[in-house]
Amino acid sequence: MTKHTRQEISLFNKAILGPALFESFLKLSPRLMMKNPVMFVVEVGSVLTSILWLRDLILRPVNMEPLWFTGQVTLWLWITVLFANFAEAVAEGRGKAQADTLRRMRREIEARKLTDGAETRVSASTLRKGDVVVAEVGDFVPCDGEVIEGIASIDESAITGESAPVIRESGGDRSAVTGGTRVLSDRVVVRITADPGSTFLDRMIALVEGASRQKTPNEIALHILLVGLTVIFLIACVTLVPVAMYSSVTLTVTVTIALLVCLIPTTIGGLLSAIGIAGMDRLIRRNVLAMSGRAVEAAGDVDVLLLDKTGTITLGNRMATELLPAEGVRVEDLARVAGLSSAADETPEGRSIVALVRERYGIVDQDLQAPGAVFIPFSAYTRMSGCDVNGSVIRKGAVDAVMDHARSLGGVIPAGVQEVTDHIGDQGGTPLAVSENGRVLGVIHLKDVVKAGIKERFSRFRAMGIRTVMITGDNPRTAAAIAQEAGVDDFLAEATPENKMRLIKEEQGRGKIVAMTGDGTNDAPALAQADVGMAMNTGTQAAKEAGNMIDLDSNPTKLLEVVEVGKQLLMTRGTLTTFSIANDVAKYFAILPALYILAYPEIAPLNVMGLSSPHSAILSAVIFNALIIILLIPLALKGVRYRPVGAAALLRRSLLIYGVGGVLAPFVGIKLIDLLLGAAGM
Amino acid sequence: MTWNGWLQILVYFGLVLALTKPLGVYLHRVFESGERPLPRLFGPADRLLHRLCGVDPNQEQDWKQYLLSLLVFSLMGTVVSFLILVFQDRLPLNPQGQEGVSWHLAFNTAVSFLTNTNWQSYAGETTMSYLSQMVALAWHNFVSAGAGIGVALALARGLTRRPAPDDPGAKGLGNFWSDLIRSLVYLLLPACTVLALIFVSQGVIQNFAPYLDVATLEGALQPMAMGPVASQEVIKMLGTNGGGFFNANSAHPFENPTAFINLLQMLCIFAIPAALTYAYGRMARDQREGWIIFWSMAVLFLAGTTTAYWAESHANPALSGLAIEQSVGNMEGKEVRFGIAGSALFATVTTDASCGAVNSMHDSFTPLGGLVPLVNIELGEIIFGGVGAGLYGMLVFVLLSVFIAGLMVGRTPEYLGKKIEAREMQMSMIYILIFPLVILIFTAWSSVTEAGVSALANSGPHGFSEILYAYSSAAGNNGSAFAGLSTNTPWWNVTLGLTMVLGRFAMIAPVLAMAGSMRGKRTVPPGPGTFPTNCLLFLGLLVGVILIVGALTFFPVLSLGPVLEAFLAPHNRLF
Repeated sequence: MTKHTRQEISLFNKAILGPALFESFLKLSPRLMMKNPVMFVVEVGSVLTSILWLRDLILRPVNMEPLWFTGQVTLWLWITVLFANFAEAVAEGRGKAQADTLRRMRREIEARKLTDGAETRVSASTLRKGDVVVAEVGDFVPCDGEVIEGIASIDESAITGESAPVIRESGGDRSAVTGGTRVLSDRVVVRITADPGSTFLDRMIALVEGASRQKTPNEIALHILLVGLTVIFLIACVTLVPVAMYSSVTLTVTVTIALLVCLIPTTIGGLLSAIGIAGMDRLIRRNVLAMSGRAVEAAGDVDVLLLDKTGTITLGNRMATELLPAEGVRVEDLARVAGLSSAADETPEGRSIVALVRERYGIVDQDLQAPGAVFIPFSAYTRMSGCDVNGSVIRKGAVDAVMDHARSLGGVIPAGVQEVTDHIGDQGGTPLAVSENGRVLGVIHLKDVVKAGIKERFSRFRAMGIRTVMITGDNPRTAAAIAQEAGVDDFLAEATPENKMRLIKEEQGRGKIVAMTGDGTNDAPALAQADVGMAMNTGTQAAKEAGNMIDLDSNPTKLLEVVEVGKQLLMTRGTLTTFSIANDVAKYFAILPALYILAYPEIAPLNVMGLSSPHSAILSAVIFNALIIILLIPLALKGVRYRPVGAAALLRRSLLIYGVGGVLAPFVGIKLIDLLLGAAGM
Repeated sequence: MTWNGWLQILVYFGLVLALTKPLGVYLHRVFESGERPLPRLFGPADRLLHRLCGVDPNQEQDWKQYLLSLLVFSLMGTVVSFLILVFQDRLPLNPQGQEGVSWHLAFNTAVSFLTNTNWQSYAGETTMSYLSQMVALAWHNFVSAGAGIGVALALARGLTRRPAPDDPGAKGLGNFWSDLIRSLVYLLLPACTVLALIFVSQGVIQNFAPYLDVATLEGALQPMAMGPVASQEVIKMLGTNGGGFFNANSAHPFENPTAFINLLQMLCIFAIPAALTYAYGRMARDQREGWIIFWSMAVLFLAGTTTAYWAESHANPALSGLAIEQSVGNMEGKEVRFGIAGSALFATVTTDASCGAVNSMHDSFTPLGGLVPLVNIELGEIIFGGVGAGLYGMLVFVLLSVFIAGLMVGRTPEYLGKKIEAREMQMSMIYILIFPLVILIFTAWSSVTEAGVSALANSGPHGFSEILYAYSSAAGNNGSAFAGLSTNTPWWNVTLGLTMVLGRFAMIAPVLAMAGSMRGKRTVPPGPGTFPTNCLLFLGLLVGVILIVGALTFFPVLSLGPVLEAFLAPHNRLF
């Protein structure tokens, strides 16, 4: 099975950066800027200083700031706005590139519509919900729908990136087909389930493009904080003008605007929407479609993960792991007979038995070749399989069935077999007895094999404070054993859709945020009830509609990655907010002495950075303020790395880097810029 | 600085610390338990007052009802106080024949006491009749403290109460009237009765006599102001009100006669605000939550005290060159019976808590010594803070800190298991915003208008500090003054009055709204992934956020006031 992941788009890809640069200018439109009040204030400031610069250029008033100074401040204020726009444009650009690929699929398709059994050829765009169409080998499925008749293999690679064809058939959980995919074999009749414009493809394009992007609850709350801070600084700067008059300090408009822009949280204000878009984008690159940003945020908050055992925690098939010979039987004999019994058994269990005896018990191919052997397949009635070879009757199967079989051939049941059987059961395994001519040779231990590395993964989650619950149809004894081996915190055995739903409601009642995966129609209510419901793309339409995320790879393990992406998104917001606010301390020490020093030279010691001149000090702060945005774009887009070390340790680390670092960094940065400006003769 | 001075500071803090738990437990029992303490002593009065007022203590109010009750109650009290002041010349208990108070002073004073500010644009002994002092003013000293406790309780209930499973939209935040009655019956009235007697035993006067004319050593006759002082002195401190009976406030020997009473007065200021943090810990079911708040306050308090004590232990540059012994430090404007440490400590305590009583003149402090009280007020009166107001103000900062840094652990921010969302941020930002808004706008306005500047006794940065201090004190509901400002003019009385109203009610409203929105939220039990708010790390974060938000807002103006003055003083540029 080959697999090409969605094309990875590097951070600094020319195809994105070029248009993004252009977009940054388009985004200067006040109508768009108003949506981001923090940067809008900067834009208004830039316009004001531009006007002042022109006034000074033409009228040359007496008490003006030097032209080069006003010019430089103006230039860097505009650059601040453009950098913020650029960050957003780059983030959007990456989504757009993916949308373009998808859009190419939305070509005009001719549909074969069935009306009262008669087939007519119509354009796919005329199809409406409830119409019935037919698709055969080579046809494109014209629109999203549900197979109501037939079975076909379908190439969905355009949507999922998965090149292996998938089977779609009427009834059951594999009936959903997506518009734009191609039928590779057979013929299906499809009932259309989406009107044009609301198909899966349409929604997907809108999502990756960010067209339907709305601010998430936490983003709104953060915005309120930023706007509040902006208003506070606006008041602080505006009221400083009369206060300066009282103190006989001349405060020009240019300098006041420079101070204001440096103080308001431009760093986070400029990068906030880019962070949100990049978070969605990170999910899309993992082939997960989140129906809303809200879902991504909720993923970061998840307290309880409900994971289906099969496919997520275990490989999905039972595997033979051990041979337990009965008393007086050599293990080699048991291995040979067990191997023979399964040589022609193509079930995963059978193959695993052959693999086991070869690898562990030194059985070679010759031992397993028995010409003339008659393979007896498994039947629900006998609950055994095996073969008749050279007069030997070899059987393997459920222990009681094999015992009955042995007794019927007049064999004796060796002591200890029952004990071994019970022991395997206690460990959550499935025992298979093996007999040859009525003699029970021993027991094969079949067990659910837990995926490699899953235990470590769960312990990471435990460190994050997330509880994992395994959902399985097994009996409690088996479930407990697997749960212990996989390292999940809890399990729900003999699960039914009803008690799954009850579990979710219980957890939510305790205030927990619950995430789960599902694919079947009977999962739909639970998917809708869960705070994060990730539906598998192979699942039914109902499941996909109910969940708020769809995994195109249909890999339930991915829920774990989704949680990490959610956490990363929130952390990136938090760290940049902290950094942005902490930065202000140094900016004060750069700008305030510069404002007052002409009127009060005695205040010089407050210039702790020893900046060369008042103009250079103010300009350095403004330049630092602009450059920090562009420097942090990669961090905003890639996200802060999440470490599962527990909240307290994480907080200590982040506070040290972004809080304390945020206070110190601009002292260094502003000083460096000041030195450079000095070298440049400003 | 001397060992003796440090000892005074440490003994004081040790006593506050020792008092926090027992008083906190008591408060928690009074307000939050079914079994209130001392039922035989206080129970009858409690029940009687409830019955008289027609209040059912079990009738829970939502945030709007709570706020409305508070506002209606406040408005009625103000109107009565205003009328008493204006017509005091026609009312009894006026042996000195004080005249009726002007409309603007009456407005300013009524609002000032209503808002727990006790800004005084007047001198008590030459303006107020005994009736005005005892009814129009002292009444508010009691009930404004009770109202503050009520608002703090309402917010604490909103944050800590968990909605019952069968009642997800629960809204009850307690009952304003009941909280008020109980704060009076179980706490303020009994404490004041006992303490007033102790005050009297140390020489604080308590009489209704006309002023005495006493022959001084020089032989001249000096009028000696009299009055029912002790009964008002205790609530002035215990309710963090700060309005002195006399103009000299706690520097006056009849208000604050001995070093012991000085210590007791400072203890009264911090007692209830400190104890409320403990009661809060009980309500939060995690005592450490309360202690972290206590110690955040304590760290800021100790830092302020140290700075003020250090600064005041230096000679006053304005007096250098004169034949004055300055080896002990700057004694200008300080009482010898309190000394440098006793005065610096009192100044810090009274401005940390929004008390505003003074035993020394902050105006005469060295520039940096004077910066401390100013910064204390401008941080939002949350370092122990006003009775109740300190706790709810601090909790707003707690929510803000959790919101800013909480995202860094990769979850949407939550406090005590409840999510902090847009609504709460909106309310905290209004709370945070109102404060600089009124202070800076009125300060800037006053510093460039004739009406404002003409009141100044000093020029330059020192004069500016006087303006800034006045509006900060009013908005912070502190009430102390950088004396030297003659504020009994229509401009000052009205603008300061408005500042006080906004600084009180425009901040209480968002606090109660926030309490309402947090009240019904479902609670997520804490786990290793949740943001810890009961550890030292959070203490550091909280203190950092308070300092940065405060510093960022007021640093530009402070640097044109006390900071500039401090830089100019060594160059002999004095104001």
